[in-house]
Amino acid sequence: MSTKSKSIETKTDFNQDERLKKVSKLRILLNRPELGALGGAILVFIFFGIVAGDTGMFSAYGVLNFLDVSANLGIIAIAAAMLMIGGEFDLSIGSMIGFAGICIAIPAIYWGWPLWMSIIFAFSMAVLVGYFNGILVVRTGLPSFIVTLAMLFILRGATLALTRLITGRTQVPGLRVLIEDDPLAWIFATDTFKWVFTWLGSMNLIALRTDGTPLATGIPPSVIWFIVLAIITTWILMKTRYGNWIFASGGDKNGANNVGVPVGRVKISLFIGTAVAATIFATIQVLDAGSADTMRGTLKELEAIAAAVVGGCLLTGGYGSAIGAAFGALIFGTVSMGIFYTDVDTDWFKVFLGAMMLIAVIFNNYIRRKVTESK
Amino acid sequence: MSDYLVQFNNISKFFGKVIALKDVTMKLKKGEIMCLLGDNGAGKSTLIKTLAGVHRPDEGEIIVEGKKTIFDSPKDALDMGIATVYQDLALVSLMSVTRNFFMGREPMKGPPFFKTFDIEKANKIAAERMGQIGIDVRDPSQAVGTMSGGERQCLAISRAIYFGAKVLVLDEPTSALGVHQASVVLKYIVKAASQGLAVILITHNVHHAYPVGNSFTVLNRGKSLGTYEKKSISREKLLSMMAGGEELNKLEVELQEMNRKN
Repeated sequence: MSTKSKSIETKTDFNQDERLKKVSKLRILLNRPELGALGGAILVFIFFGIVAGDTGMFSAYGVLNFLDVSANLGIIAIAAAMLMIGGEFDLSIGSMIGFAGICIAIPAIYWGWPLWMSIIFAFSMAVLVGYFNGILVVRTGLPSFIVTLAMLFILRGATLALTRLITGRTQVPGLRVLIEDDPLAWIFATDTFKWVFTWLGSMNLIALRTDGTPLATGIPPSVIWFIVLAIITTWILMKTRYGNWIFASGGDKNGANNVGVPVGRVKISLFIGTAVAATIFATIQVLDAGSADTMRGTLKELEAIAAAVVGGCLLTGGYGSAIGAAFGALIFGTVSMGIFYTDVDTDWFKVFLGAMMLIAVIFNNYIRRKVTESK
Repeated sequence: MSDYLVQFNNISKFFGKVIALKDVTMKLKKGEIMCLLGDNGAGKSTLIKTLAGVHRPDEGEIIVEGKKTIFDSPKDALDMGIATVYQDLALVSLMSVTRNFFMGREPMKGPPFFKTFDIEKANKIAAERMGQIGIDVRDPSQAVGTMSGGERQCLAISRAIYFGAKVLVLDEPTSALGVHQASVVLKYIVKAASQGLAVILITHNVHHAYPVGNSFTVLNRGKSLGTYEKKSISREKLLSMMAGGEELNKLEVELQEMNRKN
């Protein structure tokens, strides 16, 4: 192995020098960022299947319930994950949810706008907020943690102050009557696949109300949005040029810039993405509840980041997956509802959330060391 | 038209009162390797950035393939075929070999508006190109972080060549490498030159430069001490011309005097 192997042939040199091992299929799978979250989700399902299997948690109604909760979180978690892969944070997601809510409610209720126009208005404001976040981070070079922390306070404060100024209160009810016949609102407010549930009900396969209609009426809009977003973002990351730019921007900003990746534009678009996702979240919830609340979305940014981290995103950027964040959200949603079905006090949910995140970070850190330092 | 691929004539660069570069001239033909030698602070970094289009020279002219040009941006230089491989290599260690190879210049397929990153083609080209330099990338989707320093250096150079470099500017390609790895990289540089590229190899290591260089330009305190053909200068002479030489001689004399007094 000594002098003889160091032949003139370059090829053999590298092979011998690097002592390359055959990489097994399993090992490749282990290197996928979403693996931890997938495993976690399976464990959570097994756990609650055993502990709460006979409580109705896994009835059609129960499943839709925890899927709805997971999906809502998932919508913002996916966007947060994309941004984190791009190397930045957005702490203003939660405040954006509250802000978007009143952007829909106040024009619709107090200014007499049609609901669809208010919804478009809210999304336009989201693009503006996202753009502002992005341009500030890119131009100043300040950490996005600080810039969006400032935006967290500014947006929440403005939401409260403006709502109180215009309406004299902090909640804006009365939206439910506007949803019917609106050309846009149905996208955020319609349960789908109702016929499936009606059929299942008629076959007596799922629980019915006393009037004979099924307890679970259809797939809530959040779940459809969640699935569609998860598919689109995963496709973007894996299959498009833009996806490669997101990884590059987060992995090494200068390096990416040097080879012609428009890092600034990529990051700004990702900030717009988180603000728009927050607005999708807000629209669904506002239309579902029929009212906007200025405090809606509080702390959601941290839950979204936690789900993204559990899903395999590194806090330093350049690594992670959208589908992983989706699994992360599924874990949190399932546990938060699952605790409700068991006898455990729901206060323990936050303890679980924190512990889960800690384990995920330690695991991710280990994976990154494996990936980068196995020279 | 001259037979030089690229000429940098009397390049000067000032930063306020500081003269970073003064009248530096370099000419390169196809297939030639010029080694730019200089100690720390000799002005190598400034010169590289001027070659790469990051800085605009305050005096002097740049002639590429007979045409006088001005680089307004690094992209300008790249478009003219002058590719700079910096010490940081512009590689993302968490990303795969393929994704790094095509970073910012991804091959696309599919109909308009639904174009996707043609990862199969990219994988194939990356593996093929790495194979040509003797690096057997069994799995082009493996992270660059798993490669050795020499392999990464070769990847960065190979990428620059694939994307149409005519002149390669290499910033200290061997400084972070062990002897064996450095020799592999140097071998690759010679091979690249033999295929018709002009290479500017920036280094402070004469032992790495001397075996591969055709000519040597020594930079000292922002000024060129001249360009020498390989046959007209010895390794020792080059070494002593770089800042160290004179000063080490002086130091020797001083030490001797100190000894005598004691």
